[in-house]
Amino acid sequence: MNILVCISKVPDTTAKIAFTDGDTKFDTNGVQFIVNPYDEWYALVRALEIKEAAGGKVTVINVGTADNDPTIRKALAIGADDAVRINMDPKDAMTTAKQITDYAKDKGFDMILCGKETIDYNGSQVAGMIAALLEQPYISYASKLDMNGNSATIERDIQGGKEVIEVQAPFVLSAAKGMAEARIPNMRGIMAARTKPLEVVEPSESADATEIVKFELPAAKGDCKYIDAENAGELLELLRNEAKVL
Amino acid sequence: MSTIVYVNTQKGNINKASLEAVSYAAQMGGEVIAVQFGDADSAELGNYGADKVAKVASADFNPDQIARTLIAAADVNSADSFVLSHDFSGKAVAPVLSALANAGLVSGAVALPAEDGSIKKAVFSGKAFAHMKVNTPKKVISVLPNSIEKKEVGKSAAESSMDAASSNVSLNVKEQKLESADLPLTEADLVVSAGRGLKGPENWGMIEDLAKELGAATACSRPVSDMDWRPHHEHVGQTGVAIRPNLYIAVGISGAIQHLAGVNQSKVIVVINNDPEAPFFKSADYGIVGDAFEVVPKLVEKAKSMSLGE
Repeated sequence: MNILVCISKVPDTTAKIAFTDGDTKFDTNGVQFIVNPYDEWYALVRALEIKEAAGGKVTVINVGTADNDPTIRKALAIGADDAVRINMDPKDAMTTAKQITDYAKDKGFDMILCGKETIDYNGSQVAGMIAALLEQPYISYASKLDMNGNSATIERDIQGGKEVIEVQAPFVLSAAKGMAEARIPNMRGIMAARTKPLEVVEPSESADATEIVKFELPAAKGDCKYIDAENAGELLELLRNEAKVL
Repeated sequence: MSTIVYVNTQKGNINKASLEAVSYAAQMGGEVIAVQFGDADSAELGNYGADKVAKVASADFNPDQIARTLIAAADVNSADSFVLSHDFSGKAVAPVLSALANAGLVSGAVALPAEDGSIKKAVFSGKAFAHMKVNTPKKVISVLPNSIEKKEVGKSAAESSMDAASSNVSLNVKEQKLESADLPLTEADLVVSAGRGLKGPENWGMIEDLAKELGAATACSRPVSDMDWRPHHEHVGQTGVAIRPNLYIAVGISGAIQHLAGVNQSKVIVVINNDPEAPFFKSADYGIVGDAFEVVPKLVEKAKSMSLGE
């Protein structure tokens, strides 16, 4: 199985979110960047497990500038065999999807795995777009993936439960909780990652389908209104008459 | 301007989130064509603003086929916009539709398009918003569940049937495993959630009682689902499901940032915790510092006396 895993570089979960340039740019000052957790914990680790069972190769791909290389090395430390970076700063999901598709289309990957969404733009877009551009099946929010030869049995999240899908490789999926358990890179992996191949590919022509005009921080939350535990029932009066949610 | 809306059905009913998508499209203005996949009574679609309903017999999951069917409906009706819910069905279809129609996608919209055409959506896991513009002539908008007000307009839509488009992509749905819960968590307006502070799965009776009296769904924090005290589908937070109910009551949950990422879009947050320093109080609208085992039964009793769940 030759597997392509798409990884995104995102601010750490606990990063302070602020904007600059008239609220048009994310303020990266002092921000730690990580591999998008869903790409790492679910997509990459499951890809490695499948490779370990069936043989083959796991390649990670990122669309980004040279600043992303340390984040890409982290994915190599966890166990990916090699990495590709499309050398551009993408502003839009369609552009990212097009760049990955243009790289992947003649490489014969058996499957392309992404995380369910990124924790920065929360779009849940790139995986489905790649599938459409490659004319391959797309399975969203997959929580389980088992391979039997070229046949995959996949569970995906639906409203109020799960759906079991059968599909033949090649396919594209976005991975959600349940797919795999996070792996922590060991010292050998970190050392090996330094010398694993990281190929830099120049981007193809693409046009952004969307753009962010402006960011906005949510209005500051008002103070918490405390209700005495002895009179807990008063809470429900407030929820009905003041907050009007009951 | 016409808009195509993806309407999803489950067990012979139209999903509530699909009605929100129809109402969103109606509030955008112009003609609204609801394309309904699967058999269900479609009267509500007109009530929320659909002018036409095109019914497609098959409700089977195939994002490529669904997207191509929606595009065919757009061609017939000269539509330039597509609206879906950003629920699990919409998340499966929207990006495929966007790429096949070469239409920019704004996913998880929380408001109608502004005058300049920009659309607001939550980013950074609910810690900020972005206003996005679509550069392509056609656009796709997926609407975050429970983020816009549904408006009843009392239209009756003209119904027709439509064939599903052909697709070269094949996948087979083998089975659906639906949870027994009456109310899927992602569609609930009210949610009662509990965490490790409850000490053990045997103590969930009072949480279920409170949920029942309020007409709410139940949820839990990650440690609780990891320890199998509660089923995994109840886990809300960054790795679990993200929800946006009108009311989120958190009992015995400290409010780690990963938990907040899944619930911080709730309209009203109530925190009940015996630790006054619990970080969750900083994000709460209402708080009770006290022992859950004393506070929750009082709430159940009060809810009964107010007959809230009816």
